[in-house]
Amino acid sequence: MQHYDTIIIGAGHNGLICATYLAKKGQRVLLLEASETLGGLAATREFHPGFKAAVAHTVSHFSAKVARDLNLTAHGFDSPMVPMPTVGLNAAGEHVVLTGIGVDAEIIGVSAEDAASYRQYRQLLQRFVELLEPFWLKTMPRVGDTRWSSLLTFAQLGLKMRLLGKQDMGEFMRLAMLPARDLMDENFDSELLKAVLSWDGLIGSKMAPRSPNASVLTLLYRMSGELGGAHAIPSGGIESLVQALYSAATASGVEVKIGARVGRILIQGNSDGLKTTGVELADGEQINAARVVSSTDPQRTFLELVGVENLEIEFTNRIRRLRCDGYVAKLHLALDGLPNFTGLAKPDGRMIIAVDMDAIEFAFDDAKYGGYSQQPVMEIVVPSLRHESLAPEGKHVLSAHVMYVPYKLKGGWTEDARAALCQRVIDTVAVYAPQIKAQILHSELLTPQDLEQTHQVTGGHWHHGELSVDQMLMMRPTYEAAQYSTPIPGLYLCGAGSHPGGGLMGGPGHNAARKILE
Amino acid sequence: MVSIIQSPLVQHDAKQVLLPSPFHPRIEQHCLVKNWMSWNGYQTARVYDTLASEYFAIRSSCSVMDLTPMEKYRISGPDALSFLNRLVVRDVSALKPNRVTYVVWCNDEGKVLDDGTIFHLHQGEYRLCSQHHQLDWLLISSLGMDVSIVEETHEVAALAVQGPTAYSVLSAAGFDGLDQLKPFGILHTQLDGFEVMVSRTGYTGDLGYELWTNPSNALALWDALFGVKQRGLYDLRCIGLDALEMVRIEAGFIMPGDDFNTAETTVRAGHDRSPFEIGLGWVVNFDKPHFTGKQALLREKDRPIERRLVKLAVEGNKPPVDSFLYDGKKGRRIGTIKTQIWSPILKANLAMADVEYRNGKLPVQIWAEIYYQKELEWQVTWAQCRISDVPFWTHPRRSATPPQNC
Repeated sequence: MQHYDTIIIGAGHNGLICATYLAKKGQRVLLLEASETLGGLAATREFHPGFKAAVAHTVSHFSAKVARDLNLTAHGFDSPMVPMPTVGLNAAGEHVVLTGIGVDAEIIGVSAEDAASYRQYRQLLQRFVELLEPFWLKTMPRVGDTRWSSLLTFAQLGLKMRLLGKQDMGEFMRLAMLPARDLMDENFDSELLKAVLSWDGLIGSKMAPRSPNASVLTLLYRMSGELGGAHAIPSGGIESLVQALYSAATASGVEVKIGARVGRILIQGNSDGLKTTGVELADGEQINAARVVSSTDPQRTFLELVGVENLEIEFTNRIRRLRCDGYVAKLHLALDGLPNFTGLAKPDGRMIIAVDMDAIEFAFDDAKYGGYSQQPVMEIVVPSLRHESLAPEGKHVLSAHVMYVPYKLKGGWTEDARAALCQRVIDTVAVYAPQIKAQILHSELLTPQDLEQTHQVTGGHWHHGELSVDQMLMMRPTYEAAQYSTPIPGLYLCGAGSHPGGGLMGGPGHNAARKILE
Repeated sequence: MVSIIQSPLVQHDAKQVLLPSPFHPRIEQHCLVKNWMSWNGYQTARVYDTLASEYFAIRSSCSVMDLTPMEKYRISGPDALSFLNRLVVRDVSALKPNRVTYVVWCNDEGKVLDDGTIFHLHQGEYRLCSQHHQLDWLLISSLGMDVSIVEETHEVAALAVQGPTAYSVLSAAGFDGLDQLKPFGILHTQLDGFEVMVSRTGYTGDLGYELWTNPSNALALWDALFGVKQRGLYDLRCIGLDALEMVRIEAGFIMPGDDFNTAETTVRAGHDRSPFEIGLGWVVNFDKPHFTGKQALLREKDRPIERRLVKLAVEGNKPPVDSFLYDGKKGRRIGTIKTQIWSPILKANLAMADVEYRNGKLPVQIWAEIYYQKELEWQVTWAQCRISDVPFWTHPRRSATPPQNC
């Protein structure tokens, strides 16, 4: 029988990253992917003959350390990337446009007061981003753990906060869990600007501008990294990042198997307790390994692959209670030509449709009660402008994250319901790009339920579990599994359900590998 | 898939604070002192006439106690066995149909939630009896398993028939086939045309049985038993919870919630107890693949326990109620008496006590500081205590099969 040091379940970016770090340290690593493509939610697939797209359509805070450690540039990933402008769309063409990174950030389309406030706001947030930056790539201390290294992490955070100075420290404590709405109202007048700036703290979560929880923290998380919160598409597309990760993995000796769905994780119990011994594939083949690392979501990992009979009762209950319902749908349009947005020379930015914060809030209100908004809010890119091979020459792909589309729709996600939403989204886009309907060759709308099916992720949730305070840091996904190790010896987590969370960042994969190599 | 069948709500008068048991029409006649209390919401007698006569009925003749208020859960379905094996610290796979076993169950931290008994009623179908209400915990434990959990506390009427002449009384009442029923065995039988389940189980350390039937048969069952007394064959008496408390301490059975704090009700860290800390290490089966609390209990091997619940005989005749325990007369405090009784049959003060357990050793000397009243004036005295490794009282009758004909 084959024997590996480590089997990793799921070849999303975190699985690939974790596998590569381990293989570089000499481990014999097998990476198993259930689908036929690598990259998880970042996998690029053909949705219409000649037209391709990935669910994750941009990169914003991919870890520079991971890129460096794995030498991804040599494997074809063009880092650092060119940031895209962020555009708040206005139907009359009076857009708000944000460009540049960090202190060079610029803003067009708002009053001089708002522009000045924006610079101050960026500088304040940048200080907080730098405060938190080191902690995204650290293992969070276990509650009650009094080991020196754990205490040091706490002490470091405390010290860094103190070094902010009295006023900033107070501000940080005040802002960390402030609803986005209050933060925006305090700083700006332009309703469109407020909507655009709050967007990045909210997308992918079940939160709206008025929700008090972690929207500022998630904003700071997304602002970590070289792009300072801006988004970019690598010249070779998201595909090139996945390809570089795959190339780095195989170059360091990782064995990758696609179409290898894991049926269960093999656990043995005896008088010494439980032990992970390998995995059994859906076809019954058993593969042994000293440890198994799962990059699939925590609910799927524990409830389906491990099985409750191998878990403690209270722990099981905490896993079952994780909030994993996704609220983002994905629209893909195959277009006959470049779409023309009123007042935009070229749709090469990240375009946000949300006229004000109330538009976001009201869309969320509908989703809370199992519906979706008739005025959907969304983020649009035309990735084929940057990555030409996504569409045949002269043709284009439009990719949109549509917010507040519930995983559980009242009445269920029937074909009719999906088609109706798709039409509603297209109608909304057409308000800003009036000729677009005539350009559409094919449309595809993926609800959170579709994402669950196609990407094996519970609830179709981008982050494998809500990125909210109760499920963050040393509570992600839940205590006793928040340090990448789990209650079962030999079983580890390395996916978005672990600290720091999802998005194309690589933190969980990096941190899990370091924990395993400890 | 978890299927939960709701127990039908028991109908009773809102003005009636406590539920009457199905035996209540008879119990009411026997309970002369009307010393009622609540046991899981049922109107239950502490004492029927005099404590001494009830105690000696258990120890010298035959006693009858209404067990209906005890929490009872029916557990069945394809995952019933794996559900139970994950729940309790003992290996339930070894429990054959028509057998009963004593179990405890723990939370993730290996701290005891409650104790009880599992009855393997028929192949794959179980009854779990517990001291405290456990439905919440059982339902949480069943998530992700194909198992049905039905609370049947109100759907099963039960009587404990305990004492040296228990076998003779039941035989005279018309029960056949009890001679071959071993301790912890179950017999499904009939009496006067209705179904009764008899188990050779009890809480007294002596020969005894528990009878289980549909509430509609409750009075017929009661009358069949007391008919034996009316015919002048054997004496039998109703006993209340006070007499039971005496014999259970004599027999060395612990009471969760009284002798130790159950994990669910513990607020302060360190005040809950593992099975090893309450002297129940022998029910923990580390050989089975997994149970809730196993990993925490395995860690106790590296971080030894520091407290132990012990059976304590206290010298003298002053009751050591709530007494502090010391390592010498006026020495260092090392523990507390939890429950205590005067044992008429052993002529001794017997107690359950929580004491220090240092480096895997029990204290060499234990002294109780006893406060007592004399003509309304408090006095203090010191009494030396002796730890008993075995139950204070038991009798070969308890396990002899066939039972000796008394």
